[in-house]
Amino acid sequence: MDPELLIELVILLPLLGAAFNGLLGLFQPAHRTREKLIGTVATAMVAIPFLIAVYLFATFDGEAIVATVFTWMAAGDLTVNFAFRIDQLSLLMTMIITGVGGLIHLYSTGYMHGDDGYWRFFAYLNLFIFAMLNLVLGNNLVVLFLGWEGVGLCSYLLIGFWYKDLKNSAAANKAFIMNRIGDFAFLMAMFILFREIGALDFDSLLAGASSMDQSSINWAVLLLFIGATGKSAQIPLFTWLPDAMAGPTPVSALIHAATMVTSGLYLLARLSVIVLSAPVIMTVIAVVGALTALVAATIAITQNDIKKVLAYSTISQLGYMFLATGVGAFYVAIFHVMTHAFFKACLFLGSGSVIHSMHHVEHELAKDGHGHELDAQDMRTMGGLGKYMPATRMTFLISTLAIAGIPLFSGFFSKDEILFKAFEFGYDGHLVGWLVYGVGIVTALLTAVYMTRAYVLTFEGEERWPHADTIHPHESPWSMTTPLWILAGLAAVGGLVGIPAVIAHGDLNWIHHFLAGDQAPVAEYAVHGHVPVALEWGLIAFSSLIALFGVGLAWKWYSTEGPAFDEKLSARFGGLYRLWKGKYFVDEAYDRAIVRPLIGGAIHGLAPFDKYVVDGLVNFVGFFTRGASFTLRYIQTGIVHSYAAAIVFGVILLGWLMLS
Amino acid sequence: MWGDMAATLSLVIVSLAGLALVVFDAFNNRHVATPWIAGLALLAGFIFEIVGLGGPEGTAYSDMLRTGGSAAFVNALVLGSGVLTVILSVPYLKKIGHNIGEVYALILFATVGMLVLGAANNLIAVFVGLETMSICLYILTGFVRSESGSAESALKYFLLGAFSTGFFLYGIALLYGATGTMDFSAMKAGVEDGGGVMFWGGVSLLLVGFLFKVSAAPFHMWTPDAYQGAPTPIAGFMATASKTAAFGALIIILYKALPTERWTDVLAVFAVITMVVGNIIALSQQNVKRMLAYSSIAHAGYVLVGLSSGLVEGYSGALFYLMVYVIMNIGAFGVVALLEWDGKEGSEQTLDSLAGVGYRKPLLGWAMVVFMFSLSGFPPLAGFLGKWAVFAPAVDAGLVWLAIIGVLASAVSAYYYLRVLVVMFMKTETEASSKLADSFTIPRSSAAVIVLCVILLFVFGLTTSVIELTDGFFQSGSVATVLGP
Repeated sequence: MDPELLIELVILLPLLGAAFNGLLGLFQPAHRTREKLIGTVATAMVAIPFLIAVYLFATFDGEAIVATVFTWMAAGDLTVNFAFRIDQLSLLMTMIITGVGGLIHLYSTGYMHGDDGYWRFFAYLNLFIFAMLNLVLGNNLVVLFLGWEGVGLCSYLLIGFWYKDLKNSAAANKAFIMNRIGDFAFLMAMFILFREIGALDFDSLLAGASSMDQSSINWAVLLLFIGATGKSAQIPLFTWLPDAMAGPTPVSALIHAATMVTSGLYLLARLSVIVLSAPVIMTVIAVVGALTALVAATIAITQNDIKKVLAYSTISQLGYMFLATGVGAFYVAIFHVMTHAFFKACLFLGSGSVIHSMHHVEHELAKDGHGHELDAQDMRTMGGLGKYMPATRMTFLISTLAIAGIPLFSGFFSKDEILFKAFEFGYDGHLVGWLVYGVGIVTALLTAVYMTRAYVLTFEGEERWPHADTIHPHESPWSMTTPLWILAGLAAVGGLVGIPAVIAHGDLNWIHHFLAGDQAPVAEYAVHGHVPVALEWGLIAFSSLIALFGVGLAWKWYSTEGPAFDEKLSARFGGLYRLWKGKYFVDEAYDRAIVRPLIGGAIHGLAPFDKYVVDGLVNFVGFFTRGASFTLRYIQTGIVHSYAAAIVFGVILLGWLMLS
Repeated sequence: MWGDMAATLSLVIVSLAGLALVVFDAFNNRHVATPWIAGLALLAGFIFEIVGLGGPEGTAYSDMLRTGGSAAFVNALVLGSGVLTVILSVPYLKKIGHNIGEVYALILFATVGMLVLGAANNLIAVFVGLETMSICLYILTGFVRSESGSAESALKYFLLGAFSTGFFLYGIALLYGATGTMDFSAMKAGVEDGGGVMFWGGVSLLLVGFLFKVSAAPFHMWTPDAYQGAPTPIAGFMATASKTAAFGALIIILYKALPTERWTDVLAVFAVITMVVGNIIALSQQNVKRMLAYSSIAHAGYVLVGLSSGLVEGYSGALFYLMVYVIMNIGAFGVVALLEWDGKEGSEQTLDSLAGVGYRKPLLGWAMVVFMFSLSGFPPLAGFLGKWAVFAPAVDAGLVWLAIIGVLASAVSAYYYLRVLVVMFMKTETEASSKLADSFTIPRSSAAVIVLCVILLFVFGLTTSVIELTDGFFQSGSVATVLGP
């Protein structure tokens, strides 16, 4: 079949689904309660594109295909086509988005059951998929930007989905505004690229990069990276992501773990040729990525809200991916995007399943009149859930092992590849390589610790909610556990597409060949000095040991002492622990340094300026014009003589103008 | 002879129908068929001109009139405006109790004058058309004899019209003296040494006559008084058809008969005066018809902006603008005619009397929304595209300052246009206005006209095909001068 037609179908079906549920729900209140229909349509509109994407992938012959739908705008030198691009990178991303997205849609049909906004939720979710597909399939920066803004909008709508709680709306605003800061930088980068190269489609951009002067390239890449930090929650724009957990859990899984937050990585990978020609900025990217990974991981250790742990974990893992980008290993970043999508989506959905059942417990407590307030997301009141929720527990465990980097699970392959690339970059003579490798190893240890902590506190040990002897949680329905199992399966084996180079000289590293091979879209840093094979084996063994050590340590600590062990950690690390617990006080610092001066300035500076100077000017112009009108009105006396006099005046004026 | 008649069939049909109506009316006063005859004659002429729009250009009656091309376009506008005016007039004249048959005959004769004016190829034809049109309009303005305001406005209109005609005629005489011809195409060739005082003086006086007819400031003084006193649909007819015909003739004279110098700056000055005076004074009008009169003055200024570019794009943009202007104003005057209650042709009705009417008569309210937004030049309505069509050539011709003043002036105009909507939708109903809203049902024929205008404003706001059409009128270098039949 015609791939151009198919790719248009892939894009359009989610939009149709969004329109179907959104418009029908809006204008036909009866539609809102048809949960079966809404859920089925929405899920199908993502599942069918997934099947199409798989078909395209199977028949893909290595040649990029560009499908131009129409000329979007043509003005002067600028021509922007509404065009889509099918190549290795976009195909892989499309499969991740529609595949993981489809599973999360299926999960949501169970999770959102009974919610008043059921129709709205699925309309937004479909719209998100549409925007995200535009982002990864667009053949130029403008279409990409359309998707970029579209996912930002959907993220905003879904974080604030339960908008009746002001807290959620505030979180949505925060996410949107922080994203806008990044978007502004992205736009600037686009302007620079257009000024230098004169086109915005990827082929011209990549071909024209070599003709740009160094400072323009540096600025463009830096601004692109700042744009990416907004969308992908990196230092300094990361504080919105933990707050974004205010949205329904499937949203956190889809948007704030698996897909949208990785779009910054996609952007840099797509423009890898340009990024590679700005080595200074690459150093910045690597350092920022490593720092973010470390900072977020230390915060994650101290969190008690299960979703917050996962949120900081996401930021930390994204930091890893930027680290990989910074050392020129773009394909590895995308590899980690993929494995991360599997295990983090599974973890989030698992946490959703837990929250779902804890809500049940909360409900029972309230019904029995015990009057206990229970935070359904607080791990300190969980414990021992594994007994009641075997499927959730098993899948959560597999994903925990995957993210911790236990050998042969997917996370092991991608994370190890990142660490190895960092090491290799250092071995190649870049000091920054060693530095970020060290930070990466520390973070790997921390990751193993906090994820094991989360697992143990939730599923192992004693039940800690009130009246645990009489009130029991229950496992979630099949619509929720099926996606969990599938994702857990992928989290377990998904790493096998990227067998490290030490085995069979890298011939088995399929993802490397696919993304970064000949004619493939992703460039990579060309290494001069190769790490000896023995050392490489050593590194692998080292990072495996680190992961095993972390998991074992945390297991020992938390399975015997439960949440109480946090006290010991706190005592052991003192001020450092308080810094982590307080999330490095970044929110407070931003509040003091930026938000309050801005609001204060607006209230005391701009508002009076607007009221007296701007409004004053406007009112003066209006007043003056009206005054002129009331004065001029009297020319119209109603007396014919004066009219004739006016004509004579006009004749004289005309004659003078014409003849002089 | 017969060939000429066939080429100007619309003129022939309308003239004959007018004559027939006089006779018919003498024996069957206030017969229901009278407006039908008039309307159908105008419609037949309209269809004839529309069919001839794309056809070749030519001349008729020994080069006195042009056919096809821009002449067909202007004639179609005049005839279309006439058809809609007749439809709107029937219920209105019944309402005010002056449903007399002469009115329709006079509309037809006025239309004949406009057809001659719009299609003129010779200064004599211009003069004949202008006078035929004007005399009929004087009578139409004052035909409600029992109303003193009506008679007063007719008399003012007549006196000032006669005054300006004097200038006009003298201008023609000077031009003939300077060039020895009255034929447009021959005149340009007859200008020697860039013209002299005699030539340019003639041009000045000729322009005075035109500026009076299109009510450009400071020759506009008659307009508010005349519109206020005239029966409202007739005021709409005067505002649209007569201006279209006069502008049609002016455009052709500028294009064919005059060298492109001197007059461009002069017209720019008068465009500024007209836009400023029209818009500023409109701000303080309480009477809806006077407001629309000042608005029509302002719009003449916009058209002059296009003309003062001296470019063919300006001429074609002006023709497009005239079409949009006809649609907007026929609609707006139609709505106002329905909302009249004072029995004095709205001459004493203030805007406040329409408070809250938008909700009681949603069709009229929302149609007015479209007309007012289009008049103030909001996209995607045709008024926006029209303004673009006349301002863009001015910018191309280097008259950026003129376009800026035009845009600022139309920003001012938003105030008084939107005020109509504020009153109609956001003011609480008064006893008088609710009584007004309940006092009538909208006749289907009027509703159809108003809806048609609304639809056309949307359609022409979204397609530039009409501009391409009018562009074509001026593309042939010089308009085909087919000599004699």
